[in-house]
Amino acid sequence: MADKIPVTVLTGYLGAGKTTLLNRILTEPHGQRFAVIVNEFGEVGIDNDLVVGADEEVFEMNNGCICCTVRGDLIRILDGLMKRKGKFDAIIVETTGLADPAPVAQTFFMDQDVAEKTKLDAVVTVADAKWLTDRLKDAPEAKNQIAFADVIILNKIDLVSPEELAEVEARIRAINPYAALHKTERAAVDISQVLGRNAFDLERILELEPAFLEDDGHHHHHHDHDHACGPDCDHDHHHHGGLKHYHDEDMQSVALTIDGDVDPDKFLPWVNDLVQREGPNILRSKGILAFRNEPRRFVFQGVHMILDGDLQREWKPGEERRSKIVFIGRNLDREAIRQGFLACAA
Amino acid sequence: MAAPTISSLTDHVADIDAGAHVTALGWLGGTAAFALGDGETLLVTGEEQKRVAAHPDGTALVAASDGKRLVTGGDDGRIVAVTADGGIEEVADEKGRWIDAIVAGSDGTLAWSAGKRVTARDAKGRLRQFEAPSTAQGLALAPKGYRLAIAHYNGVSLWFPNTDAEPERLEWKGSHLGVTWSPDGRFVVTAMQENALHGWRLADRRDMRMTGYPAKTRSFSWSHDGNWLATSGADAVIVWPFDKEGPMGRAPRECGVRHAKVSRVAFHPGALVVAAGYDDGCILLIRLTDASELLVRRASLEARNEASVTALAWDAKGKRLAFGTEGGAAGILTLP
Repeated sequence: MADKIPVTVLTGYLGAGKTTLLNRILTEPHGQRFAVIVNEFGEVGIDNDLVVGADEEVFEMNNGCICCTVRGDLIRILDGLMKRKGKFDAIIVETTGLADPAPVAQTFFMDQDVAEKTKLDAVVTVADAKWLTDRLKDAPEAKNQIAFADVIILNKIDLVSPEELAEVEARIRAINPYAALHKTERAAVDISQVLGRNAFDLERILELEPAFLEDDGHHHHHHDHDHACGPDCDHDHHHHGGLKHYHDEDMQSVALTIDGDVDPDKFLPWVNDLVQREGPNILRSKGILAFRNEPRRFVFQGVHMILDGDLQREWKPGEERRSKIVFIGRNLDREAIRQGFLACAA
Repeated sequence: MAAPTISSLTDHVADIDAGAHVTALGWLGGTAAFALGDGETLLVTGEEQKRVAAHPDGTALVAASDGKRLVTGGDDGRIVAVTADGGIEEVADEKGRWIDAIVAGSDGTLAWSAGKRVTARDAKGRLRQFEAPSTAQGLALAPKGYRLAIAHYNGVSLWFPNTDAEPERLEWKGSHLGVTWSPDGRFVVTAMQENALHGWRLADRRDMRMTGYPAKTRSFSWSHDGNWLATSGADAVIVWPFDKEGPMGRAPRECGVRHAKVSRVAFHPGALVVAAGYDDGCILLIRLTDASELLVRRASLEARNEASVTALAWDAKGKRLAFGTEGGAAGILTLP
């Protein structure tokens, strides 16, 4: 089987700097050739040979799953691009500022032909440091894009004060503590932080720790997640190295840990049922689980109702067998999810 | 691979190196014309090969033949007709919009779609346009009369390009990717995103659902007598009966069962024999009456997504069968 072509999805609210980032990716001397799928053909100058205009036609799949939407135009375009395989190494899909990233991501799981030839690498969201806080209040699309992201480029930090920056960062973390976050001016980021992330590859989901506890070193503050509780839990929470701690009113992450094994015969029906019922509200989910009598780790990731899970590498000697799940979504019933998960303990 | 009971025609195949993804092919008299992923049209007449740059620096996304020309639609937005002698004519230019579907009638009628816009061009070159409710992914010409079936989201529109009447709408929820019209004009059948076919009996608008495919159906072919519809998308050719009242309540024939998916089908123009191309590069001829098989091409050793047969067509007399693959291999079988 030939290698699948990686696809990076670039989202971000209008004016955040998507095109700047895109041109930066395209012009850096990395030797990679890209096919770029943009939303409005011939819009702002994009410096690439292979640029395709897309209509953003979102279709419901006829499978009884109301949130299983796909991008019909993307399926066609990817099929067409595969006819000129060998002319490019990777694909970048730029969405409109108002687009929901879910149908784009779901296309890579719902369409067999697309899944056979390409793989979703990561959802990268560009956010405007100056205006994001406002957009999070008045534009649900902006919130979706932050919640959905694997990588967030917080751009235009030169236009805000350190206090404003801390504020917007805390707003982002209240919604999505797991994405890698890079603060930039004019979208200047090392492109290895944007491409080749393998964010949807089960083999690469190694840890599920809030990114701000591990990334760039300035807020190292390991807290003890021995209890089944997420970073947004409402009891006695520490402030992360001066980082403000917000609760977003409608978009949250729920992270839960069981110190030990779970019973797969309880867990799998429970999680399937949960995403069937709550799928429209759950944007992203991930988990690493220790199944009873199973030497390997069970890893899953999901987008709305679509779950992709598999047994992965063995637990290492000395590695603590723990079961951890994370959901990012809208109006999630934390307590119900917590109780449901705890009941799966082996 | 071949079991001893299978007779082989592999010695009668002339290999051709097409050099790029074969999008589609058509016979222009004695010339096989291949539309390629590198934008060229390859013309093969006996031993002689000629290449025409139909879409320079582009890709032929779709193609259709009317028996005299191979008409390609490219990612450069152009519709280009190539004749057997290498003559080239630009039929239309959609200004860079990708061409999503194209269909050609033997009388010189042509129709294509770019996004929602469908353009019909009659034999005299007169253009008519129709805006479909969503991207027109499949087109089919009615067997008689100047009428088009246009597959789109949530159904099919039946359009008379020469009238101003609103197209008739056949509704069925979901994304319809391709469409075909039965030779007797009684049925319209679509291939859907959900690995199923949907059909309408036009007389009473009765719906038909044909499900159970493990993959999308991308290739349809009607038998010469119009009684059978062969389809791709399963690990056998699925052949539906369309005689009498149609396939409702009747089981399809399954022939050429292998451990690979059928990617292209082509009924012989004069006999109940169907050619089947698989996603591992194998090609078989299968006689419908007794399901006996003849091997045309062995499964390829290439990676499966390079080996897939992407184009398959008989010449008008049914003496030769041309094929092409995703990886750019091609060939012509001449029946002994």
